[in-house]
Amino acid sequence: MDTQQLMDFVRGPGLQFAAAVFVLGMVYRMLHLILLGRKKNLAEPRGGEWGPGLRTIWHRSIQSVGLTPRGHFIIIVGYVFHFGFLITLLFLSQHIDLLRTLLRFGWPALPPGLITIAAILTIGAMIALLVHRFTDPVKRLISDYQDYLTWTLTFLPLLTGIMLKQGIGLGYQQMLIVHITTVELLLIAIPFTKLAHMLTTLSARWYNGAIAGYKGVKV
Amino acid sequence: MDHETLGDRLAQQGISRRAFLKFCTAMASLMALPPGTATAIAEALIKAKRPSVIWLSFQECTGCTESLTRSYSPTLESLIFDMISLDYHHTLQAASGTAAEAARETAMKENYGKYLVVVDGSIPIGNPGYGAHGGVSFVDHLQQTVKGAAAIIAVGTCAAFGGIPNAKPNPTGAVSVSDLIKDKPIINISGCPPIPAVITGVLAHYLTFGELPELDDLGRPKSFYGETIHDRCYRRPFYDQGKFAKSFDDEGARNGWCLFELGCKGPTTHNACATTKWNGGTSFPIESGHGCLGCSEPHFWDAGSFYTPLSAPTVNIATIAAGAAVAGAGIAVALGVADRAKKRRAQQAHEKMTVKDL
Amino acid sequence: MIEQIDAPMATFFSSCVHCGLCADACLFYTETQDPKYTPIHKLAPMRRVWQQEFTFWGKLLSKLGLSKPVTDAELAEWEPLVYDSCTLCGRCSMVCPVGNDIAYMVRKMREGMVASGHAPDGLKEATRRSIELGSPMGVTINTLKAHIKHTEQETGLPVPLDQEGADYLLVLSSAEIANFSEIIPAVTRIFHQARVSWTMASDGFEATNSGIQIGSSDLAAELVNRIVKAAERLKVKYVISPECGHAYTALRWEGPNLIGRRYPFEVVHIIELLDQLRSAGRLRTEGMDDTRMTFHDPCQMVRRGGVIDQPRNLLNMVAPNFVEMPDAGIQNWCCGGGGGVSANPRADELRLKVFSRKKSQLDAIKVSTVVTSCSNCRSMLEEGLEHNHMDLNVIGLTELIAEHLAPAEK
Repeated sequence: MDTQQLMDFVRGPGLQFAAAVFVLGMVYRMLHLILLGRKKNLAEPRGGEWGPGLRTIWHRSIQSVGLTPRGHFIIIVGYVFHFGFLITLLFLSQHIDLLRTLLRFGWPALPPGLITIAAILTIGAMIALLVHRFTDPVKRLISDYQDYLTWTLTFLPLLTGIMLKQGIGLGYQQMLIVHITTVELLLIAIPFTKLAHMLTTLSARWYNGAIAGYKGVKV
Repeated sequence: MDHETLGDRLAQQGISRRAFLKFCTAMASLMALPPGTATAIAEALIKAKRPSVIWLSFQECTGCTESLTRSYSPTLESLIFDMISLDYHHTLQAASGTAAEAARETAMKENYGKYLVVVDGSIPIGNPGYGAHGGVSFVDHLQQTVKGAAAIIAVGTCAAFGGIPNAKPNPTGAVSVSDLIKDKPIINISGCPPIPAVITGVLAHYLTFGELPELDDLGRPKSFYGETIHDRCYRRPFYDQGKFAKSFDDEGARNGWCLFELGCKGPTTHNACATTKWNGGTSFPIESGHGCLGCSEPHFWDAGSFYTPLSAPTVNIATIAAGAAVAGAGIAVALGVADRAKKRRAQQAHEKMTVKDL
Repeated sequence: MIEQIDAPMATFFSSCVHCGLCADACLFYTETQDPKYTPIHKLAPMRRVWQQEFTFWGKLLSKLGLSKPVTDAELAEWEPLVYDSCTLCGRCSMVCPVGNDIAYMVRKMREGMVASGHAPDGLKEATRRSIELGSPMGVTINTLKAHIKHTEQETGLPVPLDQEGADYLLVLSSAEIANFSEIIPAVTRIFHQARVSWTMASDGFEATNSGIQIGSSDLAAELVNRIVKAAERLKVKYVISPECGHAYTALRWEGPNLIGRRYPFEVVHIIELLDQLRSAGRLRTEGMDDTRMTFHDPCQMVRRGGVIDQPRNLLNMVAPNFVEMPDAGIQNWCCGGGGGVSANPRADELRLKVFSRKKSQLDAIKVSTVVTSCSNCRSMLEEGLEHNHMDLNVIGLTELIAEHLAPAEK
């Protein structure tokens, strides 16, 4: 297979497969979790479930219950990573071109220089978090191979993306193939790893808020 | 066929030595050779015995020949025909039929081991009915003719990579020269058509140095195909600044902004269009407002729409995704039922705990 | 454990990203810096059960014999983590960024632990006593009756027992009866002033629920049923949950689910009731206690129970120098003794060590009195303060209000 055919594969059937696995996997995961169900709560409620549940979904992102310096580090660097990743993914012109073909609508892009900065900050945050995972005693105890695997799968698209954009490493065509391939690997891995939290966080926070809201507590 | 030196020929045509030196300098700089090489080229070419060139045309549109020969005034490119002895060319030769074939066979015999074969057009390996010269299939014709060739020059993407006839579903079984010939040096001058100066430059190089120039992994001369359009494009600053034309003739397009979003394949296309340009340096597709089609790359016709940006998929994802969502829901329901049954079984097997169990 | 995996459990396990933030919310980690006390780590065996029984890859690997099943030895190893270093206080549940209710998860894990025989001996004994004797501390109806008699003498007011048709049934925790029996005259006087129609029940006076603490729904149901049956027998409209944290959780929130049906009565926390009486004008106080004092929020009443503002409203009636400690309210730190930890002598050393958190909260505000509404918290506070040579008073809120009751209207 020559380079051109490889490129056609990753832009074609490869992407279809990855997208299919991703969508099927995430829909399955979310639905399957919810279908496990909960026993009906027979106690008299003090508050509702839906309102508090939805509240916790957004509120948990801004609340911080008395954090230690370690906790501040995790949250701040975590935010730099998540926001940086989303900005890089959603506001680079070339990515919007991709999303426009899927969603049938697009939106304005940010200047490429800003995206480069965002990507570099994201990469920096990821490296900081990896070092933390290796050195912090709590994280060392609770981390398993999946944490390191998902870190790598998330890191590679960022790294190869920057390399592609800045012209570092292989030529444009080869770098493009590598970049798209790393994205496809990530998509396939998401539903089967902790990365599913991108969707399950919504329902987990909802359950958390609902359980507390039932008792009249706002969390 | 005459075997005068090139110098004799040029003198006959009234080409001044000054004009000739200008040509050699231009060639040297085109191939990124050191300035002193111009003299070496001049000295070599003056004395060069014009080598025999047999030009085979197969499944082609004649665009490659047109590119090379179309000119509004005698250009440097046309000089190349003075540097070689073009002994066989369907479009340009006067003879036809058996006389033409006889000319070809004579040239082969007299210059065995030394003649160059130029090929344009792809070769069908399916039914020979798709292509034959006087009853001889293209495949046979090619294989017979290259037997005594010193080198083969595959001109145009069809000869180099299969080109448009090779595009899906490839009804004729079109293949490239290098798919069929494995035992001769082949140089691919791809492009649909290739830039005339590239053809000229390669021939000049061969005449000067007696060997083919350095080739990339697809057999193309690195001096012309070593960089991408993107890396030399005059609109590159707009790409870097994120200024893209969103549709043809919108404000961005009229401002000359980058055509990435309109499907330009510049970044993945290796050719000299951005520097050497076309029609004697007049312009090239991007400068005229249309994205690069990637015509010097293999399978460029099957690489998705010309108007789909490189970062976008070439196939329909939305339908597959929708189908996957439905499938995922179905599996979730099925496994959800199974898992709830498992839970129910566990609950039914629950032995009520009493204080004795403590 | 398979029984215990419901949608929230599975969602929580799916979402955990191993960020370790829960550790910083748990006083057992912050005061020891020992990573094994990280809340989500306490759930590791159950996570494997979920993975192997309920996930695609887990089931596949299991069938191929490539996964490590959870062993009895592992559960034994985890027992101290699940019971000694967790009070089900729920602070971790508030901090988890992906929204895991880790206390909910530990509660469910205990079901599997106790069913396989893995629970601290002290807690097992307390539960046995609860089932067989009627109280984890061995307090019997006779002890109660003695206190009732004493109260009637001291206050000159009747203490109704087994009075059918009363509005409110009061239940008590053993800890109150045994250690803080002043609660009985306190409520007697308050209810007299506020003209509350109430009673206690001789066959259902124990609110403490060791079954909840040890994590056995079956045993917890048996204990709750005693109160329910007494309440139904006496045809009361309300049952008052006393100053005891887990009693409230057991009776108010878990009870109907344990016995499988709704109550024909409502459950109200004693502090809730006092606040209702206050806002209706039926509870009147006089005089102030201007000691500098603060309120320790019992986890099961406030964060996990929803009775948050009421203690403040009551304190503002009588304590002009009431100050909140840092992290007050639903974010407050556990006393360290809830969830069965106080019934577990093996955990004493750890519990006293982590009291340093409460100590630092109190040190920050320099009060002379701590008020609380849970008899277990009260004991834990007294013990912790003594252990740290801190000279603070600990007092119950109901008691404090009773001390400032205005005379009853004739």
